[in-house]
Amino acid sequence: MLNQKIKYSMDPLIQVRDLVKVYHLGEVEVQALLGISLSIERGEFVAIMGASGSGKSTFMNILGFLDRPTRGQYLLDGIEGEHLSRDELAEIRNEKIGFVFQGFNLLNRTSAIENVQLPLIYAQLPSKKRKEMAEKALSAVGLKERSHHHPAQLSGGEQQRVAIARALVNQPSILLADEPTGNLDSKTSGEIMAIFKRLNQEMGITIVMITHEQDIAAYGKRKILFKDGKVVEDHNSAL
Amino acid sequence: MTTLFASLRIALRALLVNKMRSALTMLGIIIGVGAVIAMIAVGSGAKKRIADQIASMGSNILIVVSGSSTSGGLRVGAGTVPTLTVEDSKAILSEIPGVRSVAPHLSGIAQVIYGNQNWSTVIYGTIPELLEIREWSLNSGRSFIQQDLDGAGKVCILGKTVADNLFGGIDPIGQIVRIKKVPFTVIGVLNPKGQSTWGTDQDDTVFVPLSTAQKRLFGQKFPGMVRVITVQAREPEVMKTVEDQITDLLRQRHRIQPGQDNDFSVRNLTEVASSAEESAKVMSLLLGAIASISLIVGGIGIMNIMLVSVTERTREIGIRIAVGAKGKDILLQFLIESLVLSLVGGILGIGVGIAGTLILSSFTQWPTLFSVQAILLAFLFSGSVGVFFGFYPARKASLLNPIEALRYE
Ligand SMILES: Nc1ncnc2c1ncn2[C@@H]1O[C@H](COP(=O)(O)OP(=O)(O)OP(=O)(O)O)[C@@H](O)[C@H]1O
Ligand SMILES: [Mg+2]
Repeated sequence: MLNQKIKYSMDPLIQVRDLVKVYHLGEVEVQALLGISLSIERGEFVAIMGASGSGKSTFMNILGFLDRPTRGQYLLDGIEGEHLSRDELAEIRNEKIGFVFQGFNLLNRTSAIENVQLPLIYAQLPSKKRKEMAEKALSAVGLKERSHHHPAQLSGGEQQRVAIARALVNQPSILLADEPTGNLDSKTSGEIMAIFKRLNQEMGITIVMITHEQDIAAYGKRKILFKDGKVVEDHNSAL
Repeated sequence: MTTLFASLRIALRALLVNKMRSALTMLGIIIGVGAVIAMIAVGSGAKKRIADQIASMGSNILIVVSGSSTSGGLRVGAGTVPTLTVEDSKAILSEIPGVRSVAPHLSGIAQVIYGNQNWSTVIYGTIPELLEIREWSLNSGRSFIQQDLDGAGKVCILGKTVADNLFGGIDPIGQIVRIKKVPFTVIGVLNPKGQSTWGTDQDDTVFVPLSTAQKRLFGQKFPGMVRVITVQAREPEVMKTVEDQITDLLRQRHRIQPGQDNDFSVRNLTEVASSAEESAKVMSLLLGAIASISLIVGGIGIMNIMLVSVTERTREIGIRIAVGAKGKDILLQFLIESLVLSLVGGILGIGVGIAGTLILSSFTQWPTLFSVQAILLAFLFSGSVGVFFGFYPARKASLLNPIEALRYE
């Protein structure tokens, strides 16, 4: 079912058309997204900016198959989530999407390497293979020596690097990061961005990142500006 | 498979983090399973004792006792005037088709003397059929022969206890003992039979021919009479019919007018033996009640703690779902956790149950019986409680919305 990658490999990785998301809070309707249309090619590094409440996280949750749009079309790698079950979406997330969150979202009381292995457990890989891949991912973010540290024994920047390793470990098609540096100081933020840049340039990983900071956004090759649920600016410096 | 193993590890770790909480949660299961174990041990111990005793009394036995039926009517030969005759017993055998065998007897307490040893015991005057009905075999020597019965032969057969106490290591066969100054030759020694339903030592007894007991020991005042007739029916199904037929036959033979009380009573020994274990049954029921209440309370405790655990770990669940856990992965993880909780409780409960039962039986002298099946049953029971009460919280966890779960503080 999910092996359609080859067939669609010439299409953009992400195709979004007239995406609308409406939340219902009792009687009140909150229009979080008001018709977004855009596409993202393989290997892009996109920074999404915009005021608080402009719909950035809502958009990213839909891109990550964590949420469903109210209307409109979204294709990832040619796959449309609309008619897929909860479990099938979980499978796509597991195979194709890596998440990095502002709050790191690591499991406490669980070592770095075990955190990184988490997606592989649900991919049903044998433990030896899991360990191997997790070690590789931790090396890629420069944290091999911290494999057996628990989150509480790591600095914020290190925790975010573990989270990035976890997002990478399954070799996903896309890395989605919602304010990955929001909880970090500027120096550590720079280190995280350096990792993102390297992953994008050397490994060709597609990255979509939300940020509030201009200098962080500057690491991206394309900047998309959200305002009141719409895209008001889309600037691609790579072109 | 990998998921299952991983889930097991996750579950164990989660439970170990909150050791005290896990232990307290298990308490209900521990008590419940302990009570199940004790209940089955007490119940099956009582059942086994009844079965053993029925076997030791012989099967399908009815006892006809002289005197009107009162609550204490079974106390053989204690002051009752004998109203039954040997002819009554012969009539029961020949006229009631459901009867296989009968044995009239007469008994009394007397001193048995050998040399300078003496021993007070119950002397039964009867015919060899009594030993056959009770399936009581000889350890050595022989039983009574027709000549002993017809000629009031001065011969006796000793129970194991009497033989041991009078003779010690000597072979009693052929030795002379005195009962009420009458010399008797010991012709046989019985195999041991153990305790009766009433807790008396069945081996503390001496058998002599019925005619001898009538003429020389206890029957002088009432010639030809016996106090008790033991009747063996052919099969369990006819017990009730035979009981009624004996009553009819004896009322007729004793010329008892309608409306007049019987001068005898018929008892079904199997029923008597069962009623003797009433207390064990009541205890079993009580333990059963404790077991079911504790298991339900324990189960609700597990459900409660699992709901708390699901809430506490909402964010963790969100992370897992985000990186690809399916509904069944989360469901399994929490089900395994509650299963581990209840099974560990179950194992501890089995230990507590065995210990408790041993203590209980040492205080009450109740016979108890442990069986592998009972322990497996208790184990399965605790497991089912875990799955049953763990399902709702686990399902709740598996249905969480990942976005909300990830945002949960
Ligand atoms: N579950 C929800 N129910 C109702 N309204 C929601 C829900 N999630 C988001 N919203 C609303 O949708 C709008 C967009 O929210 P969103 O989280 O996408 O903003 P954002 O751009 O990520 O903001 P921020 O920069 O503060 O993270 C907001 O007005 C918000 O209140
Ligand atoms: Mg946001």
